[in-house]
Amino acid sequence: MTSQVKTRRRPVAVDPVPWWLKVFGGLVVAFFILPTLFVIPMSFSSATTFQFPPPGFSWRLYENFFTNPVWLDSLGNSFLVASLTALLATTVGTAAAVALSRLDGKAARFARTVLMVPIVAPSIVVAVAVYISFLGWRLTGTVGGYVLAHTAIAVPYVLVSVTGALGGFDQRLLKASASLGASPLRSFVRVTMPLISRGILTGAIFAFIVSFDEVVIALFLRSPLFQTMPVQMYNSVTVEIDPTISAASSLMVLAVTIIFILPQLLRGRAGRRQERRP
Amino acid sequence: MTRQTTVEATGSRLGTGLGTEIRLEGVTKDYGLAAPAVDDISLTIEPGEFMTLLGPSGSGKTTTLNLIAGFETLTEGTISLDGADVSAVPPHRRNLGMLFQNYALFPHMTVAQNVAYPLRERKVPKPEIARKVAEVLELVQLTGRDDTHPSRLSGGQQQRVALARAIVFEPKALLLDEPLGALDRNLRAALQTEIRRIHREVGSTFVFVTHDQEEAMNLADRIALFNNGRIEQVGTPQQLYAAPETLFTARFLGDSNVFELGAVGTGGTVAWEGESWGVDPETVAAHPGVRAAGAIVVRPEDVEVAGSRDAVPVGANAVRASVRDVEYMGSYRTLLLTVGERGLLGRARVSALRGEYAIGDEVVLWWRPRAQRIVAA
Repeated sequence: MTSQVKTRRRPVAVDPVPWWLKVFGGLVVAFFILPTLFVIPMSFSSATTFQFPPPGFSWRLYENFFTNPVWLDSLGNSFLVASLTALLATTVGTAAAVALSRLDGKAARFARTVLMVPIVAPSIVVAVAVYISFLGWRLTGTVGGYVLAHTAIAVPYVLVSVTGALGGFDQRLLKASASLGASPLRSFVRVTMPLISRGILTGAIFAFIVSFDEVVIALFLRSPLFQTMPVQMYNSVTVEIDPTISAASSLMVLAVTIIFILPQLLRGRAGRRQERRP
Repeated sequence: MTRQTTVEATGSRLGTGLGTEIRLEGVTKDYGLAAPAVDDISLTIEPGEFMTLLGPSGSGKTTTLNLIAGFETLTEGTISLDGADVSAVPPHRRNLGMLFQNYALFPHMTVAQNVAYPLRERKVPKPEIARKVAEVLELVQLTGRDDTHPSRLSGGQQQRVALARAIVFEPKALLLDEPLGALDRNLRAALQTEIRRIHREVGSTFVFVTHDQEEAMNLADRIALFNNGRIEQVGTPQQLYAAPETLFTARFLGDSNVFELGAVGTGGTVAWEGESWGVDPETVAAHPGVRAAGAIVVRPEDVEVAGSRDAVPVGANAVRASVRDVEYMGSYRTLLLTVGERGLLGRARVSALRGEYAIGDEVVLWWRPRAQRIVAA
């Protein structure tokens, strides 16, 4: 397996990239990161209104953020909802991916399509549908309600990443495992899961982030007692014009970036440790 | 000398010494295709026996192995281990070891972890696991590779690890699904010897699937020859080679000269293209198909080559042939011959000490009626 990976990584002779493609690539990158490049300096602004460039440096906005219970609570709520969503969506999505990988034919394809619907359905449609049903079930404004709604939209991401990982998984290992005395569940825990852990972890990260920055459903489900960070950010610009939002935004960017990069750093280190093995 | 003692000690502790009897009765697997993959097979594999399931691809031998292992469910019939019906027992509770063509080692575990896997599943205490793993790695001659990952081993070494893993928990029997198919010729021969040795030492029942007749002949105590989902014949390699019951068996194992006949009567002679040949009743297969349509099979090494009919002894069966080609094989050579009016391909093995033969030579082939075999066509 290792040797295969190595062969794939061996640099292939590539045509040199033409200058115009480099420029175009640069523009695309700028388009994606420019908003962030404005927000981060503004979060250190000394002004009480939105101003760019910032008139001076100050920690005041961060101080506001970390001393105001409204901001802190919403941040905590977001972490809680996103963590529970990641847990539930990863469990459901992994189970679905493993089951679908063993099935074939029309029914399996249909099930896969149904599970992918939340990814293509307009979020406002999902949000209204969720709101109407949750009102009846008394789930609006509850942690459970947020988690259930966010899980529905996060499952497809887990399904896609775990299905990808299962593509490289040799199903014959399960036969071997059974012949050695392991029940299907034990085989899953000891053989399948370790070998598709990358896919599961990637899925979990996506599920966390999908929930963490989800705003449309969260707006419908909010209650005065429970709201998530994106909703509080929305309030802070629409209801009260509070520049603290630039600190909040910067923190969101930082949190999401760390969550994305952390497993790569860990994996890189684990990978190197394995390489060094004689 | 030292080696001998260690090996014996290992064998006595690892193996149960007693194999398991595997009995298949009326076993059928039907996928709903034109013909069942396995069609009403009955076979008893004796305790401690090395049984080879041999046959061309699609003949049902691998399906039969998977049925024994429990990876396929029976359409009909029963499979029992030592008299206990296991037809409804899931594979992980059958306690049978299995070896696969692609090794199926767990890539995320070291050699030692792979071998310890079945012991950990059985909740064997840790010190005992360590002891057994060391013992079995010695048995397969892989001592000292405990912490290596399988991907760092050669194909032959990987299969040894898989073998160690499959026997370390003292399974009731070992099922081997073309385990040497992915290895090159030399390595295959070496591992065949190894597998034979380990079979002797652990004394367990082995069921070995292969499509390679040489491999089957080398390894097996008995061969079950499969054809179209049925067992064509069961017997020792010698029995199958020397006394085939059907033309399929005769052709699958070794080369042969085949003369197809019509119905074979009870008379003392048969006719083929105007020749009249003597029949030794003992060489007529018991297979009922012989009555309807038979064929004479003569192995190339049993055929003598003469210059003319005058040189043929009295009582021998003879036929005219011409030399088509000569293959030099070192100590002997094989004559490829055109036999009879319809130009049948024949083979005769002659000693290198005999005279020279040139392409186009007209010769007479002869053999004793005792050397031929009349089988069901």
